[in-house]
Amino acid sequence: MRAIELADVGRAYGERVALAGVTLTVEEGETLAVFGANGAGKTTLLRILATLLRPHHGAVKVLGHALPREGWAVRRKIGFLGHDPLLYRDLTARENLQFHARLHDVPFDRIDALLDAVGMLARADDPVHTFSRGMVQRTAVARAVLHEPELLLLDEPLAGLDPGAAALVEPLLAGRTRVVISHDPAFRGDLTLGLRGGRVAFCERHVTPDDVQALYA
Amino acid sequence: MRRAVGALIRKDLLLQRRTPEAVPAMVLFSIGTFVLFHFALDEREVSGNLASGILWVTLLFAAVLGINRLFVSEREEGGFDGFLLAPVDRTAMLVAKATVLFLFLCAVEVFVLAAFAILLLGPSLDPALAVVLLLANAGIAVIGTLVAALAIRTRARDLLVPLLALPLTIPLVIAAARACAPLLTEGAGALEGRWLGVLGLYDLVFGLLAYAIFDFLLEE
Repeated sequence: MRAIELADVGRAYGERVALAGVTLTVEEGETLAVFGANGAGKTTLLRILATLLRPHHGAVKVLGHALPREGWAVRRKIGFLGHDPLLYRDLTARENLQFHARLHDVPFDRIDALLDAVGMLARADDPVHTFSRGMVQRTAVARAVLHEPELLLLDEPLAGLDPGAAALVEPLLAGRTRVVISHDPAFRGDLTLGLRGGRVAFCERHVTPDDVQALYA
Repeated sequence: MRRAVGALIRKDLLLQRRTPEAVPAMVLFSIGTFVLFHFALDEREVSGNLASGILWVTLLFAAVLGINRLFVSEREEGGFDGFLLAPVDRTAMLVAKATVLFLFLCAVEVFVLAAFAILLLGPSLDPALAVVLLLANAGIAVIGTLVAALAIRTRARDLLVPLLALPLTIPLVIAAARACAPLLTEGAGALEGRWLGVLGLYDLVFGLLAYAIFDFLLEE
């Protein structure tokens, strides 16, 4: 089954074109790796897939639902981890996850298991503003997978994590269809999308680290 | 929708309890304004239309402080995205934020009315005031939520909120002040039904308007 289908998708902010002419298909269970320099349109693409932005051009289909018309049906099936952790700094890790569990209608007993999985159970009742960057990111990963989404939309999910913490969160992010924005040329997806200035530089199943490096030149 | 509204209200009240900002600021502002009126008018006591006018202008300006803070945590901590990613009716945000602002206004008025009675008011407080306060609070809460949602994504939000909220609440303040005036007079008069009707109608109109357009205000 096709998890993501994009046909000539574009988006502009006023006069500035942030994304144009993106056409691709991601099958269920596959990982789409997205590369590009700052301002290349990666985050815009991720936000369109997450239903947070309307495309101005083209057709978007996610998990069989056409966006933005059927956004409501898609939201329960996607997990989003962007630049912002989407956590309230003055609430504890547990309170933040309880808030999102209520929004997603998820039973609370999953919260402790997830906090344990990301190594944050001991700090579950501490406010997020007392956490290091890596701890915030680990809690954000727990938030993103709380409702067991079918599709994960991830913007540098391992940013700020030490190798030990990365090893903790990686199993939670695996085994699902994923769109992963990365700046690590060694990162491999089933399909690799390179963006330059909002346009597709390449969209291939086999790319070399040199192809990726060329995007940043 | 009830689940999402409950989650948002619970979260906002928890944040307010943990880092109280809006309510204490609104109370202190109101008390400060009463002190200024006390000295500026050079009156030991006020009653009737004057008392009602002072009370409602003060409450409205205090409400603007609360309206300005209403969506701050959503804007600064990604709360909008967190909410928009959830499979819930977006109107839940309107209902929850208006309810929170309504509760804040009620909490503020408990302290503000006591200060008003001590610092300025001649006659004693009439319990019937509560009816006017509740109706006016509902209107301010709906208009305030609408204005705050409109302004929050703009750079000039601190300017936009008073510029939009004050004109939109003029009919509300007129009706509330007229309804309160007889209650703040020595030998308190009765509540006038027509002003309560105006307040109720205004609440209803803005409630429906907010319900119709709120979804679009959350779009990026």
